[in-house]
Amino acid sequence: MRSLLKYLQNYKKEAVIGPLFKMLEASFELLVPVVMAHIIDIGIQNQDRGYVWKMCLLMVFLGVLGLCCSLTAQYFAAKAALGFAAELRSDLYRHINRFSYHELDRAGMAALVTRMTSDVNQVQNGVNLVLRLFLRSPFIVVGAVFMAFTISKKMTLIFLGAILLLSVVIFLIVRTTLPIYRRVQQILDVVVRRVRENYVGARVVRAFSRQQDEARQFEKTTGDLKKTQLLAGRISAMMNPLTYALVNGAIVLILMMGSREVYKGSVTQGEMTALVNYMMQILLALVALANLIVTVTRALASAVRVEDVFAMEVTMTDEGNERQKAKKGSPKVAFRHVTFSYDQAQAPSLSDISFEAYPGETIGIIGGTGSGKTTLVSLIPRFYDCQSGQVEVDGNNTRSYPFAQLRKKIGMVPQKAVLFAGTIRQNLAWGKEDASEEAMLQALKTAQALEFVEKKPEGLDTAVAPGGRNFSGGQRQRLTIARALAAAPEILILDDSASALDFATDAALRRAIRENTKGMTVFIVSQRASAVQTADKILVLDDGRLAGQGSHKELFQNCEVYREICLSQLSKEEVTAYE
Amino acid sequence: MSSRETLKRVLKWIAPYRFLVAGMIVLAAVTVLTTLYAPILIGRGIDALVGAGEVSFQRLWNIVLELAVVAAVTALSQWIMNLLINHITYQVVQDVRDRAFRHLQILPFSYIDSRQPGDMISRISTDVDQFADGLLMGFTQLFTGVMTIIATLAFMVSINVKITLVVVVITPVSFLVANFIAKRTFTMFRLQSETRGEMTSLVEEMVGNQKIVKAFSYEDRAFERFEDVNERLRDCGVKATFFSSITNPATRFVNSLVYTGVGIYGALCAIQGRITIGQLTSFLNYANQYTKPFNEISGVITELQNALASARRLFELMDEPAEPEDDGDALQLDNPTGSVAFEHAAFSYRPDVPLIKDLNLTVKPGQRIAIVGPTGCGKTTLINLLMRFYDLQKGELKVSGHPVRKITRDSLRAGYGMVLQDTWLKAGTIMENIAYGKPQASREEVVEAAKKVYAHSFIRRMKDGYDTYVTEDGGSLSQGQKQLLCIARVMLMDPAVLILDEATSSIDTMTEIRVQKAFEELMRGRTSFVVAHRLSTVRNSDVILVMKDGDIVEIGNHQELLYKGGFYAKMYNSQFAR
Repeated sequence: MRSLLKYLQNYKKEAVIGPLFKMLEASFELLVPVVMAHIIDIGIQNQDRGYVWKMCLLMVFLGVLGLCCSLTAQYFAAKAALGFAAELRSDLYRHINRFSYHELDRAGMAALVTRMTSDVNQVQNGVNLVLRLFLRSPFIVVGAVFMAFTISKKMTLIFLGAILLLSVVIFLIVRTTLPIYRRVQQILDVVVRRVRENYVGARVVRAFSRQQDEARQFEKTTGDLKKTQLLAGRISAMMNPLTYALVNGAIVLILMMGSREVYKGSVTQGEMTALVNYMMQILLALVALANLIVTVTRALASAVRVEDVFAMEVTMTDEGNERQKAKKGSPKVAFRHVTFSYDQAQAPSLSDISFEAYPGETIGIIGGTGSGKTTLVSLIPRFYDCQSGQVEVDGNNTRSYPFAQLRKKIGMVPQKAVLFAGTIRQNLAWGKEDASEEAMLQALKTAQALEFVEKKPEGLDTAVAPGGRNFSGGQRQRLTIARALAAAPEILILDDSASALDFATDAALRRAIRENTKGMTVFIVSQRASAVQTADKILVLDDGRLAGQGSHKELFQNCEVYREICLSQLSKEEVTAYE
Repeated sequence: MSSRETLKRVLKWIAPYRFLVAGMIVLAAVTVLTTLYAPILIGRGIDALVGAGEVSFQRLWNIVLELAVVAAVTALSQWIMNLLINHITYQVVQDVRDRAFRHLQILPFSYIDSRQPGDMISRISTDVDQFADGLLMGFTQLFTGVMTIIATLAFMVSINVKITLVVVVITPVSFLVANFIAKRTFTMFRLQSETRGEMTSLVEEMVGNQKIVKAFSYEDRAFERFEDVNERLRDCGVKATFFSSITNPATRFVNSLVYTGVGIYGALCAIQGRITIGQLTSFLNYANQYTKPFNEISGVITELQNALASARRLFELMDEPAEPEDDGDALQLDNPTGSVAFEHAAFSYRPDVPLIKDLNLTVKPGQRIAIVGPTGCGKTTLINLLMRFYDLQKGELKVSGHPVRKITRDSLRAGYGMVLQDTWLKAGTIMENIAYGKPQASREEVVEAAKKVYAHSFIRRMKDGYDTYVTEDGGSLSQGQKQLLCIARVMLMDPAVLILDEATSSIDTMTEIRVQKAFEELMRGRTSFVVAHRLSTVRNSDVILVMKDGDIVEIGNHQELLYKGGFYAKMYNSQFAR
């Protein structure tokens, strides 16, 4: 939490004024019982109506002052808390934007979304509440004891004893229930998981006729949940009754002890009412504090999670890199003895990979799941740095480029076809803000997407739902290909991005890419032999190693792995169709 | 559904606990009354202490004793009341959740396929909590609030009518103030929650797809968009937070006016000797307590409204028509032969978009049927019909010679082995996952099945072997490994008919070849339906169904269809186009 406090720096004034005015309000509140005591002891005893009116006007005045102070406090607290959250969020986003794929893998993007949204909100609530209320309760407690002390030193002891007992009770209850509530949350997560599981997997559950078993398991979980909730409930149900009993016990003591003081004449009747009043104010303040503790604990937990994100260092930068000029005659992309392993992975995902790809060439990359195909292509835009060897683009080490220059050269079509909320046009402008309409239409045409986009009444301005949900999987894939093409990249990477297409569309797509991307270096990652067959060069990956490179014909003759892939997927005629 | 109707049905859910509810109400009443009686006793106690030398100790002792008993009774009844509320709430929560979950299991696929799981999850988790909490807590608060107001009035009237009038006249002001503020802040709140929603979706999109953002060097543009929303959120957030937090101080101010009013009038009465000082203290105490429920009531009412809204969403779910139950005389199909026949079958998901119009197909036991066609042509529809996830609208589907409508769903499905492209695993051990269709299977059988599909070696290498726990999305398992587990799951079942949605993504090269062989082995002698993506699978099938736009346009084997020179031939040849 401490490191996050710096985001309050621009709001120092607000962060001080807020609690200060809150305490002022509290002190006015603390004066009310004394004023009332005076009304009783002086106004009523002396039958002085003027005095009663005067004191009551004073009370109204205190009320107005209290209202003003409180409003001031709320305003500044809100300003500080919201400002704090805005700056925190902004800085957090700036930090996340600098993350490389290493950090993104480690933190998980879904978790980062939660950090940016609900965690920051929790922290914001915490700051707001702390500024507004956290100081108020202790201040009221201390103030009430102080006021009691000015009335009777002896009776202050009862106050101290009562506060001690109340604090212990509240502390114990909060402390024992917090972990139980955390457990409740965990079981609730299981409930959610089971519902999701059974919803998503409804076909399998019913295919195997396991509905009854699933329902029984679910009931067991909800039974656990109920038991745990009841346990927590049993303990927290004691909070109000116990504190109530304690305060009334204290009042009984005040009356008994007070009776002797009043008899002696050292305490007046009005002062007795003030003491009883203070006792009740203490109760209210402590209970408010207990409720606050729960919110603040939650905010603290969120703050720690946010801090963890800040604590993650950015492992790759492009700082100090100058724009690079392409070296004449060099291959477009070259791998030189590249070895790469992911964080904490035991075995390297790529070992000693070397190849060259020249402008205008089509490179096919084939291999089974987990053989390193995606890893290989993600080294080209320098999403990761390799541990040894080097990756070159236009003859320069990718590490020497500014990220933006390097990545603008490359059109990436990732495996997961995600579109962004907005219009088709906005999505196509992702790679190049000022892409022309012709370029977009041409990109759609090449990606075999023009037909269905033109069918939509709004054409390029057709709305896209978040994630592109309003398009089918195949349509999404074709749109993501168009998105990459619209920026007219020098290098196009298709990472298994035709998996949802039937083989006819897939073939048409590949033909169009071949015809319409003259001069573009194209990487096609696929598990289908038919998709890479026509490539100028095929890289065959097996368990992170390059099992072979060359044309279909060469590989089919010389590369065992490649031949097996082909034979399992293609017929004899297909295998030889290109010979 | 009107609120009254919703409420009526809610009451039905609570009905089994009516005695507990009655007990709760009685205890709430006791708590309110004793809580309100205490200030009177305190007032009397103070009256016993007039001044120096004027203290009646005997009277004070009696009063103090009574106060202690009253406080103890209050605490006790409040405690038991809290326990009862908890008990009822959590019990009702469990009842409703279980019932909703059981309903989920019989919902038709037309419902499941057309909605996101998030909707169901929020109903079964959040809505149930909100409904039970809101309703019971809201109800108790409302009840005790109203009780407190009435009882306080009664107690006050019993002491002094005129001072009571002062309280009654001023209090509604705080109610009005709170209402006024709530109305004014409503629009600000809406703006804030809209902006916050905007922020959440932007962050979900951008940060959730950060890798794509980076691939397109979109970071700066994303940050600009983010800052725009962030600034707006800050501005409207400050306003909404500030104005909503006005309510408390404002009503507190009105309360202090009430307090002062009672103070003046009470003091003036006391001067005339019409009330005692102790009674004045009781009054001041009441003035505080009386206004509190008024301030809370508006909050309680919104909570109750929310609870009713949640209950309505739950009823909506429960009212979703379930799949029709199996006929009473439905057949238990124990020994399926593997024959399948469609007779003039017609089906569509939406009445206005006809899909399958008149399908006739006879499949003999042991035949292999490949289903091919372009993306989105409805290949999975056939799976849906075979498994009876959906029912035909016209015509008949016969399995082993019996119409499927006359067979119990469980026994029909037990005859099938299904492997879908979306590999679904349950959070649990590998063992549990493979034995999903046959929970009573022995460990040996499971291992045997895993060996047959070449999953044994990778399972053995896992941390706890067959007892390794996998999470819902399969965790560290690769797509291929998950696929193997799903195949093993069917292998264990030994079904008469296989339904396979061939994976478009393959398992690593070597394993895939073996799995293909294992599949061949499994398919031998069994009827199988394969949604095929691989030409080799298609070519080796007895019958190929070529689908286009939801319709079956061609039926025949590879040679016949090529010879025919229709859609299939065109599709097949496009493969070789240069």
